[in-house]
Amino acid sequence: MKQGILARNPSVLIFLALLALFTLIVTFGSEAYGAGFVSTSFVKTLGKTLCLCLAALAMDLIWGYAGILSLGHMAFFALGGYLIGMWLMYARTEEIVVAALAQDALPATAEEIRQGIATQIFGVVGSSDLPLVWSFAYSLPIQLALVILVPGLLALIFGWLAFRARVTGVYLSILTQAMTLALALYLFQNDSGLRGNNGLSGLQNLPGLGDVGQDQLSVWFFWTSALALAGAYIVLSGVVGGKFGSVIRAIRDDEARVRFLGYSVESYKLFIFTLTAVICAIAGVLYYPQAGIINPAELAPIASIYLAVWVAIGGRGRLYGAVIGAAFVSLMSSLFTGGRVPAIDLGILRIDWVDWWQVLLGVVFVLVTLFAPKGIGGLFDLALHRRSPDRKGAPLGPEDGSLQEKEALE
Amino acid sequence: MSSILEVSGISVSFDGFRAINNLSFSIGPAELRAIIGPNGAGKSTFMDIVTGKTRPDEGTVTFGERSLNCLRMSEAQIARAGIGRKFQRPTVFEDQTVTENLTLALKASRNPLRVLGWRRKLIDAERIAALAAQVGLADQLARKSGELSHGQKQWLEIGMLLAQEPRVLLVDEPAAGMTLAEREQTTAMLVDMAKTRAVVVVEHDMEFIRRLNCKVTVLHEGSVLAEGSLDHVTMNPAVIDVYLGRG
Repeated sequence: MKQGILARNPSVLIFLALLALFTLIVTFGSEAYGAGFVSTSFVKTLGKTLCLCLAALAMDLIWGYAGILSLGHMAFFALGGYLIGMWLMYARTEEIVVAALAQDALPATAEEIRQGIATQIFGVVGSSDLPLVWSFAYSLPIQLALVILVPGLLALIFGWLAFRARVTGVYLSILTQAMTLALALYLFQNDSGLRGNNGLSGLQNLPGLGDVGQDQLSVWFFWTSALALAGAYIVLSGVVGGKFGSVIRAIRDDEARVRFLGYSVESYKLFIFTLTAVICAIAGVLYYPQAGIINPAELAPIASIYLAVWVAIGGRGRLYGAVIGAAFVSLMSSLFTGGRVPAIDLGILRIDWVDWWQVLLGVVFVLVTLFAPKGIGGLFDLALHRRSPDRKGAPLGPEDGSLQEKEALE
Repeated sequence: MSSILEVSGISVSFDGFRAINNLSFSIGPAELRAIIGPNGAGKSTFMDIVTGKTRPDEGTVTFGERSLNCLRMSEAQIARAGIGRKFQRPTVFEDQTVTENLTLALKASRNPLRVLGWRRKLIDAERIAALAAQVGLADQLARKSGELSHGQKQWLEIGMLLAQEPRVLLVDEPAAGMTLAEREQTTAMLVDMAKTRAVVVVEHDMEFIRRLNCKVTVLHEGSVLAEGSLDHVTMNPAVIDVYLGRG
């Protein structure tokens, strides 16, 4: 009976090995540490993709396993980005202000430095005061704690209200979408304290590491992202592999029945909602320093819908499916929208992929949903000759010779 | 006489229709009881109220020696307190194996954090194996329950109920979809279970109830029409009029 997580899930070992191999290839191909056939900007793209894979893992946990189609998880992702971005921007601006004030005859006071920072950051929205939400932006440890606490608390309160009222299915999806939209609209305002539609920028420069080039930084972030993805994969396969995973899959399939077994369905949903929100926030913390900029458009509901599309295409209900889906679709997306795929000329219609990529993605999504509900992950089942019966959700039916319900009614 | 489940004076209306009308019911800690009644008599609603799915407009439901007030508890709390329910259609988790289904039902902490840290110990494995043997699924443990036959699913659900170790068991039409041999086995099992706990069986099939050989409660239009042995209630003119006379 004593078996480790690794023995029970051989896919974890395979996944970790592939991720390690991939990390090695990118490292030895990078401009900073290797032959240089992988450009710095492509290292960043790959690092960001790993963060998106991490968010997709969380999405798979809440949608694929627990059956809650949240269309708001990218809000937690962006919140994580904003919270780390505040520290990055504050500390970086502080360096510049201190250097500028050092030219003066008198040493600058703390208040002067503070004022200088506020003017630098908020001049763009016509303000020179540091808003209340920036109170702890000077401290990395506090801001890192807030990265967990703020999205965690938001998810906890939102989830508590929604699950306690037994909002399920499409209504919950709409509610989560409304949450992320409301948050985005709030952040678009200049007086929200987060620079309105300008967002936060210059996040790629790490304070205190001014003399380290972007080529090196990009690889460091790539490593950290890979490490976070590997860690999350191990932890989550432990979560879904045990009895807890059994309970949440049961909730997905028949919530009322789980209640009659004595499980408080609401607590489980709340736990999984909050856990996945925090994972998304951590993914956002690693993503935005690589992207360099964050603005409220990142919270738009479409971002969360993309997350669901990745998981659906990759294959929901299996962790590696989510990772494959996110990696595959987001890399294809940057390929097609990068303008490097030749356009197709049909005479009356010219299919320019920059514009038509979303149409293609939409068509693929519909086709996958209709004809391959297991997504790309289903290919592994085909390869392993693992077939599941297509019962359209109906039970297999009574055994020969047993009385059917209709007869028994008399 | 002390009773483990005491339902008194409950009424509930759905859109003006009185599904349950001033119904009172009680059962001892080790008793077998059958509930019969025509369609729409309120049998399912009665079960829904006891298990916390439906809230009655008035009346009280108390459970156990300490007289817990079931109306202030959620479904999950009632289930944890010791009231188990078996649905008419077998509702097992089809995408999970027989072992996983039984593990879910096994009496243990239902707290999410405790469940997260739960590891199967030898004693649990033995208990699961014993339960599976009891319901005739010993060699099906590793199969997905969706692959089982209708009758086997019924048995699996009964096994899950046993795993929960409830003190009151509400069973909705246990014999539906079973072969004659399986029916006899089910009867024996229900009689056996009622030696240590309260078992309430809702059933249409008179033959099945006769085999159970227990006290019968007849429901009609949301309240108790008659109560007593099967022979006693079948002689009751009111019962013959509304239910038995039709056939």
